[in-house]
Amino acid sequence: MKILVCVTSVPDTTTKITFTDNNTKLNKAGVTFITGPYDDYALARAVELKEQAGGTVTVLNVGGADAEPVIRKCLAIGADDAVRVNAEPTDAYFVAEQIAAVAKDASYDLILMGRESIDYNGGQVHGIVAEMLGLPSISPVMVLNIDGDTAKITREIEGGKEEIEAKLPLVLGCQEPIAEWKIPNMRGIMTARTKPLKVVEPVANDQLTAVNHYELPAPRGAVKMIPADEAEKLIQLLHTEAKVI
Amino acid sequence: MSVLIFVELDEGKLKKSSQEAIFYGAKVAEMTGTTATAITVGQADETELATAGRFGATKVLHAGDAKLNEPNGMAYATVVAAAAQQEGSTIVVLAKSSLADAMTARLAGKLKAGLAANVIELPNLSNGFVVKSSIYTGKAFAYNELKAPVKILAIKKNTITPEETDATATVQSFAPALNDSDFVISVKSTEKATGDVLLPEADLVVSAGRGLKGPENWGVVEDLAHALHAATACSKPVSDLDWRPHHEHVGQTGIKVSPNLYIACGISGAIQHLAGVNSSKVIVVINKDADAPFFKSADYGIVGDVFEVLPRLTAAVKAL
Ligand SMILES: Cc1cc2nc3c(=O)[nH]c(=O)nc-3n(C[C@H](O)[C@H](O)[C@H](O)COP(=O)(O)OP(=O)(O)OC[C@H]3O[C@@H](n4cnc5c(N)ncnc54)[C@H](O)[C@@H]3O)c2cc1C
Repeated sequence: MKILVCVTSVPDTTTKITFTDNNTKLNKAGVTFITGPYDDYALARAVELKEQAGGTVTVLNVGGADAEPVIRKCLAIGADDAVRVNAEPTDAYFVAEQIAAVAKDASYDLILMGRESIDYNGGQVHGIVAEMLGLPSISPVMVLNIDGDTAKITREIEGGKEEIEAKLPLVLGCQEPIAEWKIPNMRGIMTARTKPLKVVEPVANDQLTAVNHYELPAPRGAVKMIPADEAEKLIQLLHTEAKVI
Repeated sequence: MSVLIFVELDEGKLKKSSQEAIFYGAKVAEMTGTTATAITVGQADETELATAGRFGATKVLHAGDAKLNEPNGMAYATVVAAAAQQEGSTIVVLAKSSLADAMTARLAGKLKAGLAANVIELPNLSNGFVVKSSIYTGKAFAYNELKAPVKILAIKKNTITPEETDATATVQSFAPALNDSDFVISVKSTEKATGDVLLPEADLVVSAGRGLKGPENWGVVEDLAHALHAATACSKPVSDLDWRPHHEHVGQTGIKVSPNLYIACGISGAIQHLAGVNSSKVIVVINKDADAPFFKSADYGIVGDVFEVLPRLTAAVKAL
């Protein structure tokens, strides 16, 4: 089985987001970049499927050279090789176009990625890629098992879940609990250094969207504390003061 | 030319988030000098569809082909793209949801659209087409300029308050050509909680974390939720431990909610949890640890044991 896993490089989930240059750029100072948490799940499942059934796992990132530590970590976790499309991602359509260009002639059985990135939370890339490649797409996928050329999938829906079957090839947006996150071991880290990482230039693209500037949310006011032995007062305040019940 | 709004129903009724999307779409139509057309897919009652008029739609297209009864993002994208073409729509509005996300992703590809997800305000048209959206899981906002000829706006729930009139919309059936390739995925079974308030749609949410100690203790949480007619939610470890179903898990890697009231019981308030709930209008925190970080993000707080505090709150709600 030939699997492509597309990963984002995003600020660590504990990052306090701030901006520079008149609120036009993310302040990267002191920020640790990690693989998108949803992408981590996709990668972990891809590596498990390869272990079970053989095949290859290729990691793909659209990003600058500063994303390479994240890509190397994916190689250390068990991907065989990597492709970096040398471009700052501008929006979902741009990223999808780059992924589709790489995947177009490579006949992957599965193209896996996170259900959304945790920076722009668009959740669109998998669908646009699938549309560009003329493949089916399913998201968010919680369980993925492969039986011959059939994928057996559990998808989360509002208030529940759905069991789905579909023939490969497929594009899937993944989330937990599709696999346990994998942490690279020493051997993985050593071998990752020698695994191939190919850098390709982006395909041309019209810019469909642009962020003009960013803003931070206004801080919340001070918390009003209510003594536990007067807990009922909370309900009165929610009713008369906050007017939410 | 009309603004097209993708509308979903839940148990036969217009979803609240879709009412918000219609109202939003109608406002955008007003701003751009056109009308608002809703499009809905699958089995639906015409009288209910006509109520889209109350929120500002003048027309509803109903693609009622039985093949569309099963939720299918791929086929729905084909239908909405056909509707956009028929209506000459260059702006498509919808509410974010599990189904809408699957549909929107395909639609953006089909229409080569500029897309803004998690939109929280009406667009500013004074200099291009700029919309404000929530990014970094609620930790920041972006002002996105949509430059593409076709624009898709996926609205974050509970950020737009619709005003209602008593107008009705005309309902027209809509039967675009469907692609066989959109029906290659087969849904074998669906498991869905019924009767409960759906978390992503809820105005009020009672959420609990590891402080509840075990699934057998959820009764105190459910009692308060029922009294308030609220949805229940949980922190990630709770769903990881299988104490609660995954679709209740809120946060950075779970569902993002923005209810009017979020009551957090026995949840520490880790930044990843906050990320999914920080756009709630009012946050209440109940935790026995006075130093729990969640109090810093709360509007109201009680330092106390959930097992003592929650039953008292439930009784107080019932006495209102
Ligand atoms: C990449 C990543 C993504 C993540 N995504 C999410 C996410 O989406 N959502 C999420 O929730 N977490 C997420 N987490 C986990 C997050 O960091 C925290 O571990 C988690 O939110 C803690 O859950 P908790 O507050 O229920 O448990 P704990 O941290 O164990 O806190 C339990 C709280 O209950 C209180 N308590 C105990 N007993 C009582 C009692 N009887 N009465 C009152 N209070 C009591 C304690 O004082 C404590 O504050 C993520 C972590 C990572 C690394």
